[in-house]
Amino acid sequence: MSILVNRIQGADAESIDAIRAAFGIDTNKSIVTQYFEYLHNFIKGDLGVSLTNFPTKVWDVLAQALPWTIGLMGLATLFSFMLGTMMGIFVAWRRDTKLSHTILGLFLFIRSFPYFWLGLILVYFFAFQNTIFPLGGAYSIRYSKADGWDYILSILYHGLLPGLTITISSMGYWMLMIRNNMINVLAEDYILVAKAKGLPLNRIKTYYAAKNAILPSVSGFAMALGFIIGGSIVTEIVFSYPGIGFMLFQAVQQQDYPLLQAIFLFIAIGVLIANFLSDIMIMILDPRVRDGSK
Amino acid sequence: MESLVLKITDLEAGYVTKGGDFKAVDRVSFNLKKGEFLGIAGESGCGKSTLAYAILNLLEDNGKIFSGSIHFKEKDLVQLSEKELTQIRWRDISMVFQSAMNALNPVLTIEDQLVDVILAHHKKLAPKKAVERAAEMLELVDITADRLKAYPHQLSGGMKQRVMIAMALMLEPEIIIMDEPTTALDVVVQRTIIEKIADLRNIFNFSVIFITHDLSLLVEISDTLAIMYSGEIIEYGPADQVYSAPIHPYTKGLMDSFPPLTGELIEFGGIAGKPPDFLKLPSGCRFHPRCSKKMPICVSTVPDFEEIKTDHSASCFLSKPGSNQPTTDLK
Amino acid sequence: MIKDMFRLFFENKKALSGLIILICFIFVAVAAPLVAPYGPKQNEMDGKSFPLMDSPSPRHILGTTHAGYDIFSRLIHGTQLTLGVGLTTGIITTFVSLLVGLFSGYMKGPIDDGISFITNVFLVIPSLPLIIVIASYVPMRGVIPIIFVLSITGWAWGARVVRAQVLSIGEREFIKVSEVLGERPIVIVFREILPNIISLVMATFFTSTIAAIIGEATLEFIGLGNVAAVTWGTMLFWAQNNGALLFGAWWWFLPPGVCIGLLGTSFALMNFAIDEISNPKIRKR
Repeated sequence: MSILVNRIQGADAESIDAIRAAFGIDTNKSIVTQYFEYLHNFIKGDLGVSLTNFPTKVWDVLAQALPWTIGLMGLATLFSFMLGTMMGIFVAWRRDTKLSHTILGLFLFIRSFPYFWLGLILVYFFAFQNTIFPLGGAYSIRYSKADGWDYILSILYHGLLPGLTITISSMGYWMLMIRNNMINVLAEDYILVAKAKGLPLNRIKTYYAAKNAILPSVSGFAMALGFIIGGSIVTEIVFSYPGIGFMLFQAVQQQDYPLLQAIFLFIAIGVLIANFLSDIMIMILDPRVRDGSK
Repeated sequence: MESLVLKITDLEAGYVTKGGDFKAVDRVSFNLKKGEFLGIAGESGCGKSTLAYAILNLLEDNGKIFSGSIHFKEKDLVQLSEKELTQIRWRDISMVFQSAMNALNPVLTIEDQLVDVILAHHKKLAPKKAVERAAEMLELVDITADRLKAYPHQLSGGMKQRVMIAMALMLEPEIIIMDEPTTALDVVVQRTIIEKIADLRNIFNFSVIFITHDLSLLVEISDTLAIMYSGEIIEYGPADQVYSAPIHPYTKGLMDSFPPLTGELIEFGGIAGKPPDFLKLPSGCRFHPRCSKKMPICVSTVPDFEEIKTDHSASCFLSKPGSNQPTTDLK
Repeated sequence: MIKDMFRLFFENKKALSGLIILICFIFVAVAAPLVAPYGPKQNEMDGKSFPLMDSPSPRHILGTTHAGYDIFSRLIHGTQLTLGVGLTTGIITTFVSLLVGLFSGYMKGPIDDGISFITNVFLVIPSLPLIIVIASYVPMRGVIPIIFVLSITGWAWGARVVRAQVLSIGEREFIKVSEVLGERPIVIVFREILPNIISLVMATFFTSTIAAIIGEATLEFIGLGNVAAVTWGTMLFWAQNNGALLFGAWWWFLPPGVCIGLLGTSFALMNFAIDEISNPKIRKR
């Protein structure tokens, strides 16, 4: 118990209070003692029994769904961050070219669509019209873990469309973030000095501009990881992907309180960890933060 | 006869705006000899920074060089491609920027920033040697080598500026342009920096173009002085002469603006008015609206920049023989 | 200064195109009954029933739904509610963000701490799960609950941004001058600080509205809106529930999405333009 509390204590104190308060809002039993009892049970691994999937324990339901969500959303968020950031750096570095204007416009457009709708379109064109990809599910029922490589391929196969949906729709966010930041950084004096030094443009682009511009993006990325658990709901619904989001939706519809509570607990933990990670990342990357806790 | 390192002829540079082309540097010409210390003084906005950036072709966004030439060792810097310029930059001509506050990259160590410029120009050099060189340079500006691993935010303002000077010397260039290097620092530190620059010059014998609005700094240390007003050089000559016997009324006004610390209390001059708006330049001599010695010819005709005494030139009708006759056009 | 900003806004190509698109949509929303060929729940005319789940035809440009309603007409009529809910939520959210941010940022001290704490609570919770949970617990189904839910979860981000800006402006000298002159806080906040953050407020409004429109569509899509109401979101709900995808009825699920996208793009364009105007470094050279 103390280990967990210490770990939570290590994160941003503000967030902890926020989570506690939020958790209190959503939980049905918001009495303090019951709250601690619940935590106590949590450590023991006992989250109660799911109402809908009776008599399956909540923990089992979650344990099954969690890997799918973390895998899908985690990878998709990672890719969208990497691709989006790279493109944003490019768009900011070569500001006045037609290509960068086109890319900007394209992503502005894509971001305006609800991402579940993008998912629908992708399903329509690639799964329905052309049956390149499956319509849903995490993997083909034909396979199971025992089938090894086939199983894994099937997972990848099924995960591609939902993953693509999330990646494409979130890429714009990262791109815009770093583009704006790069533009501000490029106006700084040290960039001019770097040019005056006759440094190769590539070095200026990466070590002088991007390295400075990327700081808020990285912390934003860590925060985004915290939202993985909650953010996949609609995608999982559209693709019938058996992740936490899907479970959440079902739980809401069927008023499965224990499951709901547990999911929110996990969301809370996820956000806490993400906050913590975000602070660490900033400390690693920004030497100014390392020295002063002003 | 010492050789020329820089020959600037009729340089016009400035900014393209919706209201027209702003010529911050309007037909400026001067030469720089090896080892010479040229001080360029003038009010804010007279174009001196633009001049500094133009030499290395660093004008960005809507800034550009409109016409003229900048000859460095047979090559015209205005005509060079970006690739050729990249080689010359820092290796032959380097620069110390105005505010070191932001001139250093916050996420790289001092060592990284000193070393990367050597490695960029001497690609085959062993990194270790480059680090040694960086340490040497830091010692020359009185910074201990242990500060190499420090980050810019860990240094004081004065230290940062000294790092910039060390950085400017890394490749032992022929010319170092200094754009108001001491403006952001307090007076005591200013003095140390100026003295340090003088010491370094004795060791390396580089030429300096030192730009400032504070004439008092320049007077002791410069060989030559150029006074800029509204984009033009209106007086140019040996420092002691320009100081003791200024020709142009503007120069006189500048000299009078700095009270000496010692000596008797004298009437404190100043120069009334403000520099002209580039969209509405005055006719004739640009300074005439503020000049106490204005004559009718000053309003109608632009004065030529001519040598009045040996090596000492100015553009003012007052200095010409017979200029006190108000009606004659002396051109 | 505000006049200049508006002038810059209208001169900006992006802003102009965004505005034009928005005006078109508003026009369609207002003139819906006149523009649409049929009523939104009309499934017969002159005694003849409309075909069910029909593909596009001259009489029904975008085909019909499972109940025989004309999709094109529903699209047009749906503009009203979709736009209405989106704009209303956007306005409410911006208003709340603005007030909270202004107050918190200017007052500082314990008031600021308290408000910031509440703001953080709302910020830290991932919005979608929260929205879904709240929406499903609210007994009513409909447009008002959606506005309510989206506003409750949406104001925090804007409030934090406004607060940060107010804090930095509050340090500027002209504010100190007003304080020394003895101006009352309310006057300072509204006369001195507010005009300086207008562009930020507008950016917040555009962002909030896009988020509201997408949020609204998302909620309706999973069935948490009033499924009997006619909005683009509920159209998508019905399309999904009747297997439009499997049926290949692209004319059903494509148009509502495209409209949402266009509307969102118009706001995004205007938002982008505001960014350019207020931050000279981003402005096109």
